Amino acid sequence: MSATSPEKLAFGGKHSDWRRVLSPTGNTGDAVFRLLMLLAGLFVVSIVITMVVALASDSMLSIRQFGFGFLTGRQWNPIKGEFGALPFIYGTVVSSLIALLISVPFSLGIAIFLVEQAPHYIAKPVGFLVELLAAIPSVVYGLWGIFVLAPVLRVHVEPALAKWLGWLPLFQGSITGIGLLTGGIILAIMVTPIISAVVRDVLAAVPGSQREAALALGATKWEMIRVVLVNGAPGIAGAVILGLGRALGETMAVTMVIGNRPEISASLFEPSYTIASAIANEFTEATQDLYLSALVELGLILFLVTFIVNGIARVLVWNVTRKTGGVGRAA
Amino acid sequence: MMAGLGLADRKRRATSAAMTSLTALCTLLAVGILVVILSYIAFRGIGSLSFKFLTDSPRPVGEGGGIGNAILGSLVLLALSSAFGLPLGISVGIYLSEIGKGRLAGIVRFIVDTLTGIPSIVTGVFIYAILVLPMKQFSAFAGGVALALIMVPIVARTTEEMLKLVPHSLREGALALGAPQWRVTLGVVLPAAASGIATGGMLAIARVSGETAPLLFTAFGSRFFNYYLDQPIASLTVQIYNYAISPYDEWHAQAWAATLVLMTLILGINIIVRFLTRKRF
Repeated sequence: MSATSPEKLAFGGKHSDWRRVLSPTGNTGDAVFRLLMLLAGLFVVSIVITMVVALASDSMLSIRQFGFGFLTGRQWNPIKGEFGALPFIYGTVVSSLIALLISVPFSLGIAIFLVEQAPHYIAKPVGFLVELLAAIPSVVYGLWGIFVLAPVLRVHVEPALAKWLGWLPLFQGSITGIGLLTGGIILAIMVTPIISAVVRDVLAAVPGSQREAALALGATKWEMIRVVLVNGAPGIAGAVILGLGRALGETMAVTMVIGNRPEISASLFEPSYTIASAIANEFTEATQDLYLSALVELGLILFLVTFIVNGIARVLVWNVTRKTGGVGRAA
Repeated sequence: MMAGLGLADRKRRATSAAMTSLTALCTLLAVGILVVILSYIAFRGIGSLSFKFLTDSPRPVGEGGGIGNAILGSLVLLALSSAFGLPLGISVGIYLSEIGKGRLAGIVRFIVDTLTGIPSIVTGVFIYAILVLPMKQFSAFAGGVALALIMVPIVARTTEEMLKLVPHSLREGALALGAPQWRVTLGVVLPAAASGIATGGMLAIARVSGETAPLLFTAFGSRFFNYYLDQPIASLTVQIYNYAISPYDEWHAQAWAATLVLMTLILGINIIVRFLTRKRF
């Protein structure tokens, strides 16, 4: 090619250097600007990579010492130097499952009401109020859990459960108001606004023609809603998994009401412990290297699990809402 | 019409009516819980509020004391995290909307979304490992960085979404007048999206002002007024946590009052944002 191509003339032949690599116009200001913004993006990428590396390298001591036995060990005894994460994994999984069990039907109900039933002038303010539940900080839920929810559960709910469902091992044991059940209920309140917000986006993305078709065939309102739910099923699954991701990593509220005892018990009334609360409670107390390393390994596990869970959720929700552009607001 | 309905049809209509009422009940319950929590905070918190409480630093049990240092600490932490988090988040948003294309932008977007989902306690552990350990000291600086990390993905994604709402004709018009891309983006596109980005930033500030877990072993907490960024600093949330799990009734009362102050800030921001964006949604 000759040096007099129109493009080079237009922008000045000498400028086909580093600026060209960064900016199609070859303008110096553009090149610097684009470079800075690119660096900002790469910086965020490098932070997350550093995070993985730092968590992995700081937990190396514990990983070398215990290997996969860390995940299955039932003893957590810092004084003897025994560290097994199973009680924390159990507490985290069970409290999150209780939360989903309670909040999923409610979140679906709320989303259906706001998208399919409520008139515009009700759906908007009420939707805002439900979203405000997500604005309440975790530590405030914890405070409320200790002084309001736990006493109510101790005096009214748990005795009733023990009386009617006491033949199940789940509802046996000492009634204190502090334990797995309380943690699960607090978590349920906290993830409900998140799940319902995403389900709202998913339902709103289901084409109106589906509703019209169902109604035209003589379906009742509820039958029409079921058609919409089936249409949005993958997105709803994504919303639930997103809620799971949030519940797994939730720290303060759970720490304040779950009792913080690293034991595995079939009863939902008994105190338990989650991965996040173990880190919150014991991190500043950990004086030996191995103890600290074991706690960092708990953090690494939490990171990897929430990473996978959120990844799955995002793919499911995106596939449904991508066409309309609304990615879950609470996500 | 109604007279001709068979039993099966009547059952279908009854089911429909029952289920649609149930959904309304779910919504009512959620709003009810919100009202119960907020009014209980107001009811328990208002009694301990006083000018002295808002300006004093904590004292031993029985001597009163207040949350002045925690309010100041929270403001310092919010200022620090905004100073780090807002410019970085907005830059990443500009990159994602205006500059990045193809696989690299996809990776950045994926990482930003990943950052959104990381439990805040893990962010705290990470900042402890890379800032607190090398500095051998809990510090306001470390707390600010931890909160900034939580702000960045929120601000970045709002900025991206808001910039994408700006019509292309605006960019084309400015470019056709001969302006380089950086002038177009900073002088035309960004101002057009400014209110949306500002509300996103405010929501991010509201979100991190309620964070406790990432501060536990970064900013740590303090019982005194602190004016140095390399020293541990108090915050409203950590103060609430410490008082809530203490055995003293007096400290419990102070925890409720501090919560009332915190919730006023957070709800205030949320309602202002709602007011500003009411046309768009």
